Amino acid sequence: MSEQEQRAVERELTMSRAMVEAVAHEMREDEEVFYMGEDVADYGGIFDSTEGLLEEFGRDRIMDVPISETAYLGAAVGAAQEGMRPIAELMFVDFFGVAMDQIYNQMAKNTYMSGGAVNVPMVLTAAVGGTYNDAAQHSQTLYGTFAHLPGMKVVVPSTAYDAKGLMHNAIRDDDPVVYLFHKRLMGIGWMPAPDGPKTPVPEEEYTIPFGSADVKREGEDATVVTLGLHVHRALEAADALAEDGIDAEVIDLRTLVPLDTETIHESVAKTGRLVVVDEDYQSYGVTGEIIASVAEDGLADLEAVERVAVPDVPLPYARPMENEVVPDSEDIESAVRSAHDA
Amino acid sequence: MFEEMATARYYEERLQEEYLEGKQPAFDISAGPIPGELHLAAGQEAAAAGVCRHLRDDDTVTAPHRPHHVAIAKGVDLKRMTAEIFGRESGLSSGKGGHMHLFDPDAGFACSGIIAQGCPPAVGAGLAAKKRNEDSVAVAFLGEGAISQGAFLESLNLAAVQQLPVVFVIEDNDWAISMPKERVTDVADGSRRAGGFDMPGVRVDYDDATAVYDAAKEAVGRARAGNGPTLLEVQVHRRMGHFMGDPESYRPDEDVAAAEQRDSIERLADDLRSEGVEDDELEAIREEARERVDEAIEWAKEQPEPDPDAAYEDVFVNPPSGVTAQEPDHELAGGDD
Repeated sequence: MSEQEQRAVERELTMSRAMVEAVAHEMREDEEVFYMGEDVADYGGIFDSTEGLLEEFGRDRIMDVPISETAYLGAAVGAAQEGMRPIAELMFVDFFGVAMDQIYNQMAKNTYMSGGAVNVPMVLTAAVGGTYNDAAQHSQTLYGTFAHLPGMKVVVPSTAYDAKGLMHNAIRDDDPVVYLFHKRLMGIGWMPAPDGPKTPVPEEEYTIPFGSADVKREGEDATVVTLGLHVHRALEAADALAEDGIDAEVIDLRTLVPLDTETIHESVAKTGRLVVVDEDYQSYGVTGEIIASVAEDGLADLEAVERVAVPDVPLPYARPMENEVVPDSEDIESAVRSAHDA
Repeated sequence: MFEEMATARYYEERLQEEYLEGKQPAFDISAGPIPGELHLAAGQEAAAAGVCRHLRDDDTVTAPHRPHHVAIAKGVDLKRMTAEIFGRESGLSSGKGGHMHLFDPDAGFACSGIIAQGCPPAVGAGLAAKKRNEDSVAVAFLGEGAISQGAFLESLNLAAVQQLPVVFVIEDNDWAISMPKERVTDVADGSRRAGGFDMPGVRVDYDDATAVYDAAKEAVGRARAGNGPTLLEVQVHRRMGHFMGDPESYRPDEDVAAAEQRDSIERLADDLRSEGVEDDELEAIREEARERVDEAIEWAKEQPEPDPDAAYEDVFVNPPSGVTAQEPDHELAGGDD
């Protein structure tokens, strides 16, 4: 039984409402928490990530900032080093390029470079993902890039329940946390979410520790490891496979840094077959890393490996091409069958 | 100018209709005949038309995420641009780029969906012209929200210190999505940014195409003569929201009404009438614009969608060892997501 079912409650929230609830709670508890970003105040976040917060907390704590990512992400680093707990939102993760130095050379490294004398307790939030034809500069997930560079904890929620617990944890964490939410999962009016991310969410606060993957579906025949939107696509694939007697286990990583290798290894020891599914680019990324970690510690258990990710092309605009390169449940199904039949 | 402006306005009105088709009653960004986001430029025509009137085919223009009016003014192939916006194989980029990423090298036009990031490539085009002793110029269009971005400010400095033939054109529509200009900069007149780089800065306070034309004549002339860059800011208006589907709940009603009232096309029509142009001449230009736009849209919609496997092409001009992209070893199911 999943953690979520154990704590089942009646009230269901969209993922965006669950995130906002955690942020609001932390802001009430701690005056040092504030939120900065583009269109986070009056608009409430382009993807509803701050909806309603301006009314409760005012402009001093829910801050609209100029389109100056280097300045405001860097300002979050500076404020965090002064002991505040800023949350800074990058509207689309694809925009990190204009401010990457502040992210990977300052935010991520200052703790280490100072020998631990300085720490950076901030959260960098960003919207990720495609599936709505926004083309190459607005559709990426880039999970692997943040996870590759040392010094950032990387969180990728797939449900409202997880989004809230992980957000509480992210804000309280004394290190920089990159919190990547998938647009398609938020429950935005103009971008319908699939079934799945809207879940029961307790009203009280709770944390979900980083580095604890969630086994969303137990199975004996193959292990599907994934995150974000693709948790739901993998579950859909697992249902279809079950009709043919293939019993897939689906693991939601929830965080990439730290990575819960133990849960993955235990599952692969049971199933012998590993399928890793990622909406990020295939090469030098999450899929390769997961497979390598299993190979290093459990090569003997491994009978078959498949990976399903965006082949190494930028995200195309036209629907037939985007559908081709963004993995869907049929792609996952096909990969599990290949692994199963190997 | 009137022709380009009338074409651009009608183009955006027609795209709005087409975009919203299939998105009723519930707005779903991934449904309907036009994929993805759509940022329309109705109300911003004067800046593009007034500046581009001074440009030649070998001059380079970069535009931001709201590019159609600039593309039209620069002479981008309207049919292929429209096909690109509809995600069709015959589009400028074979359906890979979409409405924020239009490239027409023959017309000297490119745009980028990332704020202010068209500025450095415009500086590069100016640099190339200077190195080759050519008298072509480059123009970077950007919104007023972009003037707080490092890429813009760094570009001003580089263009100034190298005395490059570049004109930066700020289209000030008052709004960076939901953020009004006064809340993101203390400098009401964006052209004053030029002073920090010791280059001329000019603001056209009203979206008056004739005034833009005059200001741009001097700026483009200065660049072409080898006398360096200019920063131009033009007041324009945003008549259709930041993107289609933007509820604009943050925007006061009177601001929307003001944008509706201040119509640069009608203003130019008045100017032309006062110079003796007859109403039926103006109407004939409008009619021709409508026909051209309707024809482009009809043509675009008749074009086939790209083959899914085309997604693997064009990552490189010279694909390593003939491999286009790393295709997975299992069958990728295309189909509808």
